[in-house]
Amino acid sequence: MTDKSSSRYAPGGPSAERPFHLVSEDATRAAAPLQADLAIIGGGMVGMSLAIACSEHGIKTALIEAEPAPALTDRGYDGRSSAIAYGSQQVLKAIGVWDLLKDQAQPILDIRVTDGGGDQRDARRPGGVSPFFVHYSHRDLAGDAAPPQSGDARPVDAPPFGYIVENRVSRVAMFERLQACPNVTHIAPATALSFKLDAERALVSLSDGRQVEAALVVAADGRHSALRGFAGIGISESDYRQSAIVCTVVHEKPHHGVAHEHFLPAGPFAMLPMTDDRDDDGRIRHRSSIVWTEDPRLVPMLLALDDDAFGAEIERRFGLTLGRVRPLGPRFSYPLKLLVAEKYLADRLVLVGDAAHGIHPIAGQGFNLGVRDVAALAEVLVDARRLGQDIGSPLVLERYARWRRFDNLLLVGVTDGLTRLFSNDLPPLRLARDLGFALFNKLRPVKRLAMRHAMGLVGNLPKLVRGEPL
Amino acid sequence: MTTEYAFPRRAGGAKLSTADANGWSGGPRPGSGSPAGNGTVSGSTVDLEEVAKFSAMAEAWWDPRGSFRPLHRLNPVRIGYIRDMVERHFGKNREQSTNQPLAGLSALDIGCGGGLLSEPLARLGAATTGIDASDRNIAIARTHAAQTGVKVTYLPCAAEDLVATGHRYDIVLAMEVIEHVSDPAVFLRTAAELMKPDGIMFVATLNRTLKSYAFAIVGAEYVLRWLPRGTHDWNKFLRPSEIARPLRQAGLSIRDLSGVAYQPINDRWDRSRDTDVNYMLCASR
Repeated sequence: MTDKSSSRYAPGGPSAERPFHLVSEDATRAAAPLQADLAIIGGGMVGMSLAIACSEHGIKTALIEAEPAPALTDRGYDGRSSAIAYGSQQVLKAIGVWDLLKDQAQPILDIRVTDGGGDQRDARRPGGVSPFFVHYSHRDLAGDAAPPQSGDARPVDAPPFGYIVENRVSRVAMFERLQACPNVTHIAPATALSFKLDAERALVSLSDGRQVEAALVVAADGRHSALRGFAGIGISESDYRQSAIVCTVVHEKPHHGVAHEHFLPAGPFAMLPMTDDRDDDGRIRHRSSIVWTEDPRLVPMLLALDDDAFGAEIERRFGLTLGRVRPLGPRFSYPLKLLVAEKYLADRLVLVGDAAHGIHPIAGQGFNLGVRDVAALAEVLVDARRLGQDIGSPLVLERYARWRRFDNLLLVGVTDGLTRLFSNDLPPLRLARDLGFALFNKLRPVKRLAMRHAMGLVGNLPKLVRGEPL
Repeated sequence: MTTEYAFPRRAGGAKLSTADANGWSGGPRPGSGSPAGNGTVSGSTVDLEEVAKFSAMAEAWWDPRGSFRPLHRLNPVRIGYIRDMVERHFGKNREQSTNQPLAGLSALDIGCGGGLLSEPLARLGAATTGIDASDRNIAIARTHAAQTGVKVTYLPCAAEDLVATGHRYDIVLAMEVIEHVSDPAVFLRTAAELMKPDGIMFVATLNRTLKSYAFAIVGAEYVLRWLPRGTHDWNKFLRPSEIARPLRQAGLSIRDLSGVAYQPINDRWDRSRDTDVNYMLCASR
């Protein structure tokens, strides 16, 4: 479905030879450092969004990415999809990315959370596995009392909860948007080898021999951030002893925009609706993205199964709500760990996205936290810029750290608590959470607050999250 | 150095001719090729030890968590005020972009100290000159501008010295200075002389009220220890009317008077109607 756009970045494609704004290879090597206001290390979705948001406001940005541009949009690089919450969608709209990917974004109209723990022999029973479940309908947000009813995506007043978009699609859109941005120098492939302070500037040495000098360096280089290490920022990490298997699946019946989350003893199993596409024969294909948490010891065996057996394992866990299920394309697995950086700031360095926090995918919030980081940081930097401030000054950055820490820790706590509460099969806990679900369903104000938080609409929101320009 | 606090030492202050000083202008970055931080205070026979000493002092001046923290915290509200009032006075969209709202205008920062105000103004596009009677402050300011690559002209002189040179400026700033000068009326007349006929002048200082005694002296110097004791002499604080009078005599009218109030919850300063402690005003002909 995205072949049209992805081919542009395929190896050997037109833009592969000459990435935009790329500093010419030999001319600058070993010469004076490239001068920038902002150096973003890590050109993934978070790094690119930040570069787009800031460069529009005259902040001269160097964006450094380890992978060559074509690889980032390759199907085999990242099979994941991300839940883009309503608030994140506002951000992507405000920075001009949304229009480039909206055709490939599947709205989430309903969320069904089911406690499917325990009796897996019944798991094939169509329609779910537990009498108790939470049903979130986006109509709840409109305040209309329509009975929960899955199905047709009738237009209603309330916005969808969010969207499921393949990471690859988001990257292609951001990459395209970046090309229209002034003030951005995109350097790829290159990694940061060192980070040092030089009076009132930060100096980053790159693996290609170049140096970038900037007022502020942003570590957007992911969970294993090298920059974070260079700056001596510690992390606390805890292992969930779970792995996530991630892949795209095709299923017989349409999903009607419903996202399912089943809490199984090994961990949550999510079936997230994707846009339909067509197979090689031109037939419509219903697709979903699965995030399947599992005991790490079983993962190698599961990944090695053939498509039919793998599909049967999915059906065993998910049921036949969507008919027969078969995997499509490569399968990926990731060990799940909670990661929290001890602080978000060092001198002339700031952490964003997964470099600052890695949470359990249980609530589909990882990317959204990163986007909210971007929205807050971009606002703080642009505000500082308008006051002629040094954007790398601690006074400027402390506002970002204070702003984000609360929201991030809250979600860390929520996702961590949920994971620990649900990833077990102790009868008393099961009863308690089922009763909790039933009660939760009745308490509309509480439910609405939880929904709004998951949508990224709670708290002191950055302008971009409110859909306002900086 | 904290006790000196970077205001013009008028009594016996160094009277360097501005011509001598010109060789020192803040190091231009573009194309210079050398990494910014070398503190290459351009040209001439600069004593390297001196440069090292000034670098250390610049670090202290510019450390937002150090002794000058209050000024750093005060900076955003001051600059926001200047920017907004300048835009109102000269009209928006002259030739400036949104990123350089002061482009095309010249600014004079009297008593610039380490350059905390001069650098942001230069970043906003103003052709900025900072003067300070303390040679040391000027050296610090120059060192720092070379490190950040912001272009500011710093001159070690008093406002009076500049009058004779004939230079006149679109924007004249006397921010947190007047409470340290011996004769405010003379100082204000001099500052007004340095302003172009259609220019705008800013004064920021502390009011002489019971409240300012409680906050600025007892609170800031003794309780919170934001400032070294003895930084301020309450008796030298001026009421807005005491600033307005000499300015009126120089042909200027007050265009705006705004208070500056500390918001302890957010640890920031905001514009406020309450002018009892800190206030800012702007005036033009």
